[in-house]
This record gives sequence, structure tokens and C-alpha cells, in this order.
Amino acid sequence: MNRFAELLDRLAYEPGRNNKLRLITGYFREVGDPDRGYALAALTGALSFKHAKPALIRDLIASRTDEVLFGLSYDYVGDLSETVALMWPRRVPGHGESFPGHPSNHNNPPPPTLTEVVTTLRTLGKTELPKQLERWLDELDETGRWALLKLVTGALRIGISARLAKTAAAALGDKDPHEVELIWPGLAPPYLDLFAWLEGRGEKPVNRDPAPFRPVMLAHAIEDSDFAALDPADYIAEWKWDGIRVQAVAGRDERGHITARLYSRTGEDITGSFPDLVPSLRLPGAIDGELLILREGRVQSFNVLQQRLNRKVVSPKLIKAFPIHLRAYDLLGDDENDLRELPFAERRERLEAFIAKLDDPRIDLSPTVPFASWEALTAARADPASAGAGEDADAVEGVMLKRRDAPYLPGRPKGQWWKWKRDPHIIDAVLMYAQRGHGKRSSYYSDYTFGVWTEGDAGDELVPVGKAYFGFTDEELLQIDRFVRRNTTEKFGPVRHVVHEGDKGLVLEVAFEGLQRSPRHKSGVAMRFPRISRLRWDKPPREADRLETLEKMLKAEAAQAEV
Amino acid sequence: MRPQDILLPAVAGLCCKPGGFHIDPVRPVERAVITHGHSDHARAGHGAVLATQETLDMMRLRYGENFAGSTQAIGYGEEIRLGDVTVKFHPAGHVLGSAQIAVTCKDTCIVASGDYKDAPDPTCTPFELVTCDVFITEATFGLPVFRHGDASDEVKKLLASVALFPERAHLVGAYSLGKAQRVIALLRQAGYDAPIYLHGAMEKITGYYQSRGIDLGELRPVLGMKKAALAGTITLAPPSATSDLWTRRFPDPVTAFASGWMRVRARARQRGIELPLVISDHADWDGLTATIAATGAGEIWVTHGQEDALVHWCKSRGLRAQPLDLVGYGDEEESETPFQDEAEA
Repeated sequence: MNRFAELLDRLAYEPGRNNKLRLITGYFREVGDPDRGYALAALTGALSFKHAKPALIRDLIASRTDEVLFGLSYDYVGDLSETVALMWPRRVPGHGESFPGHPSNHNNPPPPTLTEVVTTLRTLGKTELPKQLERWLDELDETGRWALLKLVTGALRIGISARLAKTAAAALGDKDPHEVELIWPGLAPPYLDLFAWLEGRGEKPVNRDPAPFRPVMLAHAIEDSDFAALDPADYIAEWKWDGIRVQAVAGRDERGHITARLYSRTGEDITGSFPDLVPSLRLPGAIDGELLILREGRVQSFNVLQQRLNRKVVSPKLIKAFPIHLRAYDLLGDDENDLRELPFAERRERLEAFIAKLDDPRIDLSPTVPFASWEALTAARADPASAGAGEDADAVEGVMLKRRDAPYLPGRPKGQWWKWKRDPHIIDAVLMYAQRGHGKRSSYYSDYTFGVWTEGDAGDELVPVGKAYFGFTDEELLQIDRFVRRNTTEKFGPVRHVVHEGDKGLVLEVAFEGLQRSPRHKSGVAMRFPRISRLRWDKPPREADRLETLEKMLKAEAAQAEV
Repeated sequence: MRPQDILLPAVAGLCCKPGGFHIDPVRPVERAVITHGHSDHARAGHGAVLATQETLDMMRLRYGENFAGSTQAIGYGEEIRLGDVTVKFHPAGHVLGSAQIAVTCKDTCIVASGDYKDAPDPTCTPFELVTCDVFITEATFGLPVFRHGDASDEVKKLLASVALFPERAHLVGAYSLGKAQRVIALLRQAGYDAPIYLHGAMEKITGYYQSRGIDLGELRPVLGMKKAALAGTITLAPPSATSDLWTRRFPDPVTAFASGWMRVRARARQRGIELPLVISDHADWDGLTATIAATGAGEIWVTHGQEDALVHWCKSRGLRAQPLDLVGYGDEEESETPFQDEAEA
């Protein structure tokens, strides 16, 4: 576990992709089975066990340390697992308290291996967990404790993609990462067969899953400056729908029965949430498409779709009120045939034939957007309604550009797919409160509550309309942090009230994707995906936007959602 | 006699009225007694300065010949009478020449420890424990999350990275007075005998360490080196330089930083550090609390750093404790504001 923790620690600081790969491959080479297999599972998000609640960790540290000292430390470090890992006072059996960092007694039990941790967690009862964690915390070093706590609380964010981890594994045997991707769905931790093959000790594992997930291909956001180098003739354009990217797969098992599954873009099986779509997946194949809600043939807004997400119980009433729909834009597999090596233009033809053959009201084709020049596409993107999207135009959040000759490549390959979003909504709001960030921003005031003007009892007053904690550059963060520290009017715990008057304060240009009514907010509105797009040092707060502006936007959105 | 009649915080720093001097004054005073050569403790412009020979030499290197009206050198273990008090210097283990200052008036002894550490350091005299009635301690790392571990393990981490990435240069940010020389000495102890490269701002002070008989092996200025020739090498630089345009002369550099702050991930990430090395010239939490207990002092005054936690700890052990609100060492309001107070950590 300590060695794995050391790898995670180093990966967390290393920005370069190739250097990350070298670190991971080095680990696979140095560490044997089954530890490296569980490491690969952890890096690819393939481990599953019941996670411990942060409250449990708090109880453990409370039993060993002074409450005030813990409070001060947590406030300083800003991360629960890290605070506990650093200040945990080791207790060695029979030796009372000793301190981490000082050489411990040679009679100590050895620290647990990653395998021991993972396999124990899988079977451990809830009541045994605290005692077991305590033992491990006593045995591990600072970094080991940090990784353990991140792992058991399910907060292990390593900053590398599953793809990168698989690429590092492939490098162990000089294999093409694509080969690993293809067999991956049939593999399970600790991947003994995979490592045997990579090290030339065994046969290549075979993927026997009838309806496997295929790693998705992602697009880069296009910048204005990119167009100069691109030829419109090389690309096919489609609408970018404001729904959820899914992969719908159907295949025949050994007895010839159809198995159908719906996967999220990360490969999570979400079939259970959408039983109403399963009967429509009756032709063997793999569709890449967008999950939407359709009412009377019209695509509903994301706000509507959201009502169907993350539901534990999918009631018949919910299914009826929010009829699910799949809009297809790519075909990765057609019966037994893997189409991913084919150019997109060919896959598109196969897709059109597949959807026609399927002939199902719940699954349709995402239309292409014809264009001859970037000017024409710009016009279509500005006005999707008259460019073919018709009544569904409100559910279009931009256009997608796909190279005609692009094979379906996992990850985000350069220059193949582009997304070109419509311009977001923008308002000018006034910074009202600031709070320190967590993690790497724990010493900066990086979480901002902002407000707009509204008529109050005593004239105009600011009402908070949202919170944002990104969108700004590092340099801007320093500037806002400085502004907050110099213009604090009051402090409430971690929250600072920042001066916000008609002629004193900071105006933030806030960009966001949509608006919703929200009884939880005093203003009655909630923003989707708000972020700081610019700092308006030039603008006096009194010239910031008013709540009425938001209400107008809300009416436009609501009109579409309530149909 | 009450301790506060002997030493009292004043605008210029810790003032000893019966002795007629200030300790580490932040403003020009008539008579200054100085613990060590870091710039926030040793400032120019005082009338008379009493300090160790090394501290005086460092001030001369930094401020030039006329940094004070007059100077007097004092050795460890030497005692001097100033007004109604006696002053005695003891090693603080912080950097070369650093001292704790014991001030005794009648039968009350107060130790102003300046910055100190109880961990081994091949470049300076080890910390000496001085029993006293009142102990004035720093609190730079006064939180139980700061446990610094063995510095030689951190140097092993650096050497392992140099072995894993032989085509890259390793840049180690380290404060130019003390930390840089300690890191070099630790590298030599670990058996690294290749030339070590220095940023220009480190040459003078490192040369001074060598002139005091501290063996640092072969050192070379990095200036004028070809980029390719720096692959696989280690260069020491002031922390601010490691995020500077200056780094472009190195092939795909790995940025390391040797500091006690590197114990906390957020601090390392804020600075864009790839290889944090937890090496500190200040006592960690265990060092602070063990030292406080061992001095036998019944009263503890806590200065610059995380005073709250240390004062709380002292009180929970039945010691009288209070923060001394001294300004000018580190940052005013929150010591965690980066890029100012960390330089020396």
C-alpha cells in the first residue's frame, strides 16, 4: 500500500502525460501480482466496495487527537483525509504512542499490501470497518494513510484517465493501447491474465461480454483560430444536443439471446435507470448517441431530462411523464462487425441503414447539418431553427464537426472531432461573499457568491443569484483573492463579506448555460454551470445586471420546459 | 521580577529595557542583538549589533560593510553583561551561526530562541537545550500536521527521480541561506558526487559556507551551461526562480522545492511543484512540543507562525502561554499567504 501511495503521490504532482506513463509503467514493472492488478483497477476506477463516510474518519481522529488542534489543522489543510493522514498519532501495540516519521519498532506488524486492503474492504462488515481502519492507519506512513483514506472514502481523484493507465499497462509489453481497450471489458481485477499476456507468459485474453462498452471518442472545443487550418470539405457537421452522451449496445449471448445495455460516457452501466429504452435495443450493434426526453416529437430542455437522472426508483409515472429517446450519431458495431476502424463517413452510412432497419420510434437519427463554408456553418449555428433543427432548436447547444475520414478512436485525439458550442448566457453580477477553496486552493478565496440588483424595501439591493469557483485564470485568482482580503467588511466563519455597494465592489461577468426556478434560492432562480468569464474592474457595481434580466431569460426557458 | 519587565514586545521588536537593547528588531534601533542571518531577523541600519561571527559576516555579505554603526561578535556559550541583564548565546540549529539568546535578570531567565530546529543538520552546530523560566518559541510549523520526517529520505526521493528521468534537469528550489547548503550536504552524505549547479543568487553565500570549512563537494555556476549538458543534473535555485523564465535554459525540468511547507499538498500544488521535498530548517510540531516541555519553562511565549495551536497545546499541559504579537516576521494576517513568508521555510 505504501508503494502504491507513493505512485499516487508522485502522479498527483506530475503534469506531463509521458512522465505519468513512465511512472505508472515503472510501477507495473517493479511490483508483482496481484498488487499491480489492483493498482490498475484503482487507476481505472474498476474497484468497487462500500465507501466509508467522512463522519467515520472524523470519529477516528477525534478518538486520538485534541479537538481544537484537529479543527485548526483541518482549517489549514482544507482536506479531511489529508489532515487525518498527516496528524494521525500512531499507536504501536504495547508501546503506547509513537510518532510517525520516527523509526518505529521492528516488532511492528508490516504495513498492509494494496491487495490486502482491497480484498478486506470487499468483505468487511460495516461494524468492523473502524477497527480495521485504525489498525491500518497505525501501520502505514503519511502518504500511505492519505491514499488509504482517499480510497475508502471513494475520493481517490488521481488526475489520470483510465485510458492512460491502460496505455501504461500496454507499454509494459510494447502493445498498442488499443488492443488493451478492445479486450478490457472482458477483464476483471487483478488482471492476472492481462499481465501474463503483456509479459509474454500467456495467451491474449478474449472478450466474451456480449454487450461490452467501447471507450468513447471525445471532441476538442474549437477556437476561432482553429478554422483557418481546417477545410470544410473534410468535415461533416451535426447538431450538438443538450442531453446525455450514451452508448447503447445489444449483442447475442452464447444461447443466441439478446443482451442490451446502456452505458454512460465513462462506461458506467445505466441500463437500470432507463428500462423503457431496453425493448428498442433489439438489433445487435453499438450506437453512440444522445439521451433526450421527447414530448410529442419535440426535444425537451436539459432541465426536463434532469428530472429522470439519478433516480433510485424509476416509477411508471416517471417513465410516462418523461419519455426517453435516443438520438443516434455514430455506429461502433453492426452485429458481429466492429466498425471502429472505418472512416466516419462510412460509419454514418451504416448508421443510417441500421436506424432505418431498426425502425423504432424511440431511436432516431441525429441529422447532419449541410454547409459549404465556415460562414454557412456559423449562420446555421447562430440560428439552428432555420438550419434544419426546427422546433428542436432550443435543445441545440452548438454544432459538432467530425472529420469524414476519422476512425473511432478512444479518448480525445487531436484534430478529429470538434465541438463548437453556442455562446453561453452572460450577465454582470456583483461579488458579495467569498469563501476559501478546498484542496489546492485552500489558501485562496476562490469560491464566490455573486448577486444582481433588485427592488428592495429600502431601494435597490443586491440579491445572491449563484456561486462560481472557476472560469478565472490563476492570475485573476490572485487578483480576486487580493481584492477579497482588502475589502472584507465582515467575517462569518470561513465566509467573508466583501464590500458590495453602488460605487464600491467588484463586478464579475458570469457565463452560464441555463436557468431554472429554485425555491431554495432567495432570488428564486438557479444557474446551470455558472463560471466567471471576465473581471469587470472597469464597471461600477451599480451598472451590473438586474434580477428582471434573469427573469426574462427564465421565461424563455420555462416556456420550452412546460410543454 | 516579572518576565515582562525584562522583555516586552514593542513596535521595533522584542525590547529589553533593563538591558537597553532589542532582539531581532525590524526597525533601526540603537542596540540590536540578533539571532541569525535571515533578512527578516537581521536588518541593516542599527547603531550597534551583537551577534555570532557568522551572522555578522552574513549581514556584511548582504548589506555591505556599513550595515551597522558598530559590531561585536560573540561565541556560543559566551556571556556578556548589558545594563542590568546578562546575555548568553546558545546554538539554535537553524542555520550556520544561528543562536538562541538567554537573557537573565536577577534570578529570572528568558530564552529567545529565534528560529530553531532539533533535527540533524550537517551545516550547522546542533540545537542546544537551555533550561529557563520563560521560553520564547517560534511557531512556523505550529500545527500537528507538520511532521517533517527524516530529511535524508527526502533526498533519496530526489535521487530516485534523477535516476528515473536521466534526460531531464532537476531544479531544487531552496532558500539561499541555509537550506541550499543543507540540501547539498545531504546529497553528498547520500553518496551523490557529481557536480551540483548553482543559481547565481546562491554563489556568494554558498561560498561563505565553504570558507567556514563546510565540505559541499564540487559546485558549478549554472550560468553559461549548454541546455543539453544539464540533462541528469541537479541545480539549486532560490524558490522564486523555479517558476521563472530562467527555467527555460533547462531540458524539461523537474521542479522540486525543499521546504517544510511541502508537507501539505495544496501548498506544493499552488506553486506548481512536481517533486515536493519535506526538508525544513524549523522545528516541526513534535520538535516544538518536545523542546517546550524539555526547557522546563513554566511560561511560553509564542511568536510568528501558527500561535493558536501551540498556545492551546501549552495550556492543555498546564503551562502558561500567550502569543506575542510581533510583526515583521512573515506575513501580517494569515501566515499562509504564499510567496512572502515561505521563502525561508
